[in-house]
Amino acid sequence: MTNAPETYSAKDEVGQVRARRTRWERTWIELKKAPPTAWFGMVVISCYVFVAVFASALAPYGEADSSFGAYLPWGDGHVFGTDQIGRDIFSRMIYGARNTMGIAFATTCLAFLVGGGFALAAAISRGWVDQVISRFVDVLMAIPSLIFALMLLSIFGSSIPALIMIIALLDSTRVFRLTRAVAMNVVVMEYVEAARLRGEGLGWVMRREILPNIMPPLVAEFGLRFSFVFLTIAALSFLGVGIQPPTADWGSMVRDNASLIQFAQYDWKAGVTPLIPAGAIALLTVAVNFVVDWFLMKTSGLKE
Amino acid sequence: MHPILTTVLQRLALGLLTLFFVSVIIFSSIEFLPGDFTQAVLGQTATEETVAAFRRELGLDQPAIVRYFDWIGALAQGDLGTSFSGRASSGVDRSRPVVDLVGPRLENTLFLASMTAIVAVPLALTLGILAALYRGSIFDRMVNAVTLTTIAMPEFLVAYILILLLASLNPIFPSLANITEDTPFWERVYRCALPSMTLTLVIVAHMMRMTRAAIINLLASPYIEMARLKGLSPRKVILTHALPNAWAPIANVVAFNLAYLVVGVVVVEVVFVYPGVGQLMVDAVTTRDIPVVQACALIFAGTYIVLNLIADIISIVTNPRLLHPR
Repeated sequence: MTNAPETYSAKDEVGQVRARRTRWERTWIELKKAPPTAWFGMVVISCYVFVAVFASALAPYGEADSSFGAYLPWGDGHVFGTDQIGRDIFSRMIYGARNTMGIAFATTCLAFLVGGGFALAAAISRGWVDQVISRFVDVLMAIPSLIFALMLLSIFGSSIPALIMIIALLDSTRVFRLTRAVAMNVVVMEYVEAARLRGEGLGWVMRREILPNIMPPLVAEFGLRFSFVFLTIAALSFLGVGIQPPTADWGSMVRDNASLIQFAQYDWKAGVTPLIPAGAIALLTVAVNFVVDWFLMKTSGLKE
Repeated sequence: MHPILTTVLQRLALGLLTLFFVSVIIFSSIEFLPGDFTQAVLGQTATEETVAAFRRELGLDQPAIVRYFDWIGALAQGDLGTSFSGRASSGVDRSRPVVDLVGPRLENTLFLASMTAIVAVPLALTLGILAALYRGSIFDRMVNAVTLTTIAMPEFLVAYILILLLASLNPIFPSLANITEDTPFWERVYRCALPSMTLTLVIVAHMMRMTRAAIINLLASPYIEMARLKGLSPRKVILTHALPNAWAPIANVVAFNLAYLVVGVVVVEVVFVYPGVGQLMVDAVTTRDIPVVQACALIFAGTYIVLNLIADIISIVTNPRLLHPR
């Protein structure tokens, strides 16, 4: 059968069986077209996730196992040596991936739930609900978030649930801003109006009418938000008010091993030790940004 | 009234309102403290009377609104309250006024911040304009790559890399920036070199990229095309046609980054053990010394709001469309 005019028949074309590409095939085709930076980002993120998930299987020693000598050098059973109270740094790096990323991920999800929920409610209701929530968010955003987080931590103490709640609250203001802005464009569409007219509730309109249409910017924002949350938690832990010992965490590991940097002249490995957790933080941030950039370019159709 | 004046006044009123709400939030933080915090401050063995006296001193026997106005009134007169630390369960009170704690440290922080700003702002603007002028060149790409890298790094990583390179491997600068009141000026500058360099690297990256983007954005507009078509050199196009219209976004960028400096300074001060407000605030958070935390938060938030306000006003005042109303 051909498409030539004399032999063409509409019936044949409709009857023709065409294998649809599966979701996986379509994803693979997209991935093959991804630029090297995006690939780099995805590989790095996968490695981090793998390490985080299988932390307890991969780590040679326990998270808080301090049965070794303090400040042992690299090698000799301890890949990156030991820290000031004799904990294996390599093992703590692995557990740190799980703890830091797990907490950052939970925080980001919570921030999206709270910020996104309020934003959609504000965008759909408009009027005074929108005004009240938006002005409240304006005031919260007027305080630098690290300073606000420090203040709240001094009140509620530095437990992990408090840390997650506080940072999620602060970051949900940013999520609110973006979600409200993009949702505002969708809320005025006819199909939303139709859904409201046929009597759907707030929850239905939020989930079934608006959310699917604003997904791409939200997914990109999720990536960026995650890296911001991750950096904030690392900074707070570095300041000593975030994740508390003995829980392994990259931010506090930088702080704990910082004094080793003085010995860089005698042993460069010792000098580099505090930079390993800090570098791990930076690498993840870069990787997430690469992937988000590519994703944004794909979904918005922008080419530079 | 002139439209600019109206807009500026509106913006000022909005800024004042924001400051008011922020002060309410910071004030009410003490309300959320668990009920037994007086015991925690004074120690387990504190007697009923000591606790009662302490609660009276904090005014906890009065309604919150009265206390807020007392607090804000005292604040206006430069009284930030009394620190929680230094109180004993026996009722002996060696606590110090918060002003005495914050005052000298605020000077140090301002010194570090202004030293950074003096270097960073001209550097970032020059680099941004040059990168826009020679965009696509090797210089542009190099500056872009370097700034992207520094943006992705947390402040403490930049700080420790600088310490490793410039203090540990090649001992040029001191790795700790411990200064006292009677450290001579140039000695101060020398000791602040590394913290200031860290902050510069972090904010120059942002500022330079945004300056470049602001100018390149403008280069797409028709009047620039016109200026080019009439045969002006690229340098002249950028300096006399693009730049005057880019002041508003650039002022925004500069103020935004100076405001960012306020936050970045906390981490950098801790890395270099610099006696500034950021370090004080972190210490106060660890010991849960709420009056000091409140004072520091108020200083940081106030600076942040005022800087953003100034940026907004500059962009209103330099907006040509508002300058010549029809």
